[in-house]
Amino acid sequence: MSVIESYRLRLRRKRSQLRARLRRRDLKPVTDRTRAIRRPDILLFCTLRNERVRLPYFLRYYRELGVDHFLFVDNGSTDGSREYLTEQPDTSVWSTRASYKRAHFGVDWLNGLQMRYGHDHWTLVVDPDEFLVYPFCDTRPLRALTDWLDTSQVRSFGAMMLDMYPKGHIAGQPYIEGRDPLEIACWFDSGNYAISRNGIYGNLWIQGGPRARAFFADDPKAAPALNKVPLVRWDRKYAYVSSTHMLLPRGLNLVYDALGGEKASGCLLHAKFIDTFAAKAEEEMARGEHYAASREYTAYREELAKTPELWCKWSEKYINWRQLEILGLMSKGNWA
Amino acid sequence: MTVGFVMLCHTAFDRAAQVARHWAERDCPVVIHVDRRVRRPAYDRLVEALADLTNVRFSGRHACEWGTWGLVAATQEASTLMLREFPQVRHVYLASGSCLPLRPVEEMVAYLDERPRTDFIESVTTGDVGWTVGGLNIERFTLRFPFSWRKQRLLFDWYVGLQRRIRFRRRIPAGLVPHLGSQWWCLTRQTLSAILDDPDRARYDRFFRKVWIPDESYFQTLVRLYSSNIESRSLTLSKFDFQGKPHIFYDDHLQLLRRSDCFVARKIWPHAGKLYRFFLSPDREGQAQAEPNPGKIDRLFAKAVERRTKGRPGLYMQSRFPDANWINIRTAAPYSQFQGFSDVFKNFETWLGKTAGTRVHGHLFAPGRVEYAGGETVYNGALSDSAKMRDYNPKSFLTSLIWNTRGERQCFQFGPGDRQDINGFVAADPNAQISVISGAWAIPLFRSNANFGDIRREAARLQKIEAEYLDLLRNHWIKARVRVWTLAEFVENPMEPLQTIVDEISPRAMRRLTEVPCMVDLTGFGQFLQNLRNQGMQPVLMGDFPAGDGQPPGNPRRGRPYLVQ
Repeated sequence: MSVIESYRLRLRRKRSQLRARLRRRDLKPVTDRTRAIRRPDILLFCTLRNERVRLPYFLRYYRELGVDHFLFVDNGSTDGSREYLTEQPDTSVWSTRASYKRAHFGVDWLNGLQMRYGHDHWTLVVDPDEFLVYPFCDTRPLRALTDWLDTSQVRSFGAMMLDMYPKGHIAGQPYIEGRDPLEIACWFDSGNYAISRNGIYGNLWIQGGPRARAFFADDPKAAPALNKVPLVRWDRKYAYVSSTHMLLPRGLNLVYDALGGEKASGCLLHAKFIDTFAAKAEEEMARGEHYAASREYTAYREELAKTPELWCKWSEKYINWRQLEILGLMSKGNWA
Repeated sequence: MTVGFVMLCHTAFDRAAQVARHWAERDCPVVIHVDRRVRRPAYDRLVEALADLTNVRFSGRHACEWGTWGLVAATQEASTLMLREFPQVRHVYLASGSCLPLRPVEEMVAYLDERPRTDFIESVTTGDVGWTVGGLNIERFTLRFPFSWRKQRLLFDWYVGLQRRIRFRRRIPAGLVPHLGSQWWCLTRQTLSAILDDPDRARYDRFFRKVWIPDESYFQTLVRLYSSNIESRSLTLSKFDFQGKPHIFYDDHLQLLRRSDCFVARKIWPHAGKLYRFFLSPDREGQAQAEPNPGKIDRLFAKAVERRTKGRPGLYMQSRFPDANWINIRTAAPYSQFQGFSDVFKNFETWLGKTAGTRVHGHLFAPGRVEYAGGETVYNGALSDSAKMRDYNPKSFLTSLIWNTRGERQCFQFGPGDRQDINGFVAADPNAQISVISGAWAIPLFRSNANFGDIRREAARLQKIEAEYLDLLRNHWIKARVRVWTLAEFVENPMEPLQTIVDEISPRAMRRLTEVPCMVDLTGFGQFLQNLRNQGMQPVLMGDFPAGDGQPPGNPRRGRPYLVQ
């Protein structure tokens, strides 16, 4: 990496941070309980729009893992999400009607909040349909992981997005509020991921899974990226560049080992494909606020009209994190 | 007689207090040293929490940065206090604030009572240790280390390098033989007091003050001067990872720890409530008189280190993405690539699957679609048959396929008509077995019903591609098992190559081939090649096919006649 290139990345990071500061003006505080945040707390940051039905389970899941405080940006929900969140004891909520797209798909908003509240905390950035699974998550709380990362002097933890889907029609089973969506969407693709390295940012670019297989078989380059670095020991100098796929400074993207070893990593179980999906896709199409002119949603709508099933005979049924580790989707690294 | 515990604490004081109380209430005196960098209120709280115990003392505080003299000074002062204040103590056990007793104290006392003269301290000569951080062994004693390894790594490394270059050496005090070992020991009063009251102690201290990580060498070296009976192992179960950081124990290690029969374990995660509750519970009954046996835990952690440093071969994933040039093995299991075989034989794929007991695919890299075995549209791991997805990242495609089918050997057909992007990768993979019948691509052309002009053009194209591939396979860096026959060679004697290949694929079978695949009719093939030549295209890769009747050279009746139809 030449001096010029690293300087260019520095500028890029500064620009992201400036944008985050400017976009912070979009956000209007609804409930601010950030004074309750204590020194060692683990914080969760999330942008959402009309996810009311998913929220009770989402909050329960992450509270049980040991998240201490939730910071939400509500992007103009009309289904009572905001009201529901403000009633919770451990949340702070900001609301905005500004464009999701212009805020770089929410990245600017969350960068701004993280800059302000996340400094020197372990921060987790996830969507309401993403559930973090890490090694030993059934017996050790999230703090065990972050403490271990601290002692190992690791600042960021990678967790690939794993798209989950039901067997049969996507909308075949109705999702009931408060239930685990992974009871319905419990299948995944175990080994069809294409990985390449991004030379500039140093991160891996992972594509594949059911979305690539079913919707992007003719245009694999356009398939959504699955690599994510959602858990970071935040510093106000850091910035997410593109969703949580990439960060600056570049060192944070090196969540993989290039010499043959395995670093510890987790998975974000992505329970997007349940019966709420069709309505969501329609709505997002109409808003056109998503990445690359909502290409993803267009593809979904077209393909799902033809075959509304992602399941195939090689799909794996989700059991636990150990299964994912055996399949080689995540790793314990040297955490034992 | 009893054992006294010296505890070095710098964090998680409520847990340290809990453990100290456990020991003190069972008549084992405790001396606690708290890092000077800890703030006063936290220290005061700890003192207060243990104020009701008469056999707990706090020693003078030193700043204990990792790898510096402070830790030794703290240990010296606390040990002196222990020996002075508690005359009933015979063994002094050095522990940390994140240690946890795994067996009842009475068992430990009994164990030590049976060995009243034994010093338990890991003490190994510098030549024999392979685990030191930074790779420094004897140089820990002979160089100077003014820079912090953790905070000023570049300066640290530079200064070590400089001293090596100018051959700088500190003199080791006469009589000392440098030894290293775990910093957690258990020494007898006799030995420990001899070290602490040594008339030469000032001289030794001066030397060790500038040694790197003296807490792993000070007592380990000096004990050799005085002890009559050293048992070179630590009674504390403490494992280190590849960066020299101690492994941490959590609630889910409970059974492992229980069965290890070790006396004390380190280090315990402060929030591992279940471990603290279980091992400190007053009604815990002891096991039989068992020797500590950390074998299982050793294996667990050894595996973790191996996973972190070597990983699972052939796995490419989010946290393991080896650069192909830095590793030897590129795929998870052996596999075979066949070029030309399905052109020469009519039913090669079914035959091979049956004979060698493997999965035999068609042309996995065919331009149209991925030809999985049995015409599947989706394959193991939910791999798609889309050619575009495969070509988008052929390396990922192949490594995923091999990884997904671990335990079942994969074979596939290949040819100059296929996508060639993967060639370099396969050729440099020691797991690949590449068998080529060069020029066999001409057979389908020969049997096709196309215009000769088109055939000629296609033949020229395929020959060029195959020639390039064969050139590649001749490189010195090739690691695949490569075999190349010309078509003429192969047709003359097909049994031997087939036998070799099948034996290599399933070595346990090791039997003569009984059933053989059915070869296509090559009558007139020689003439076909001659026609190509006549049209100005030079087919060279087939070897010497006589232009005459098209029968392969040699006597067709020779060998195994049923091979040729």
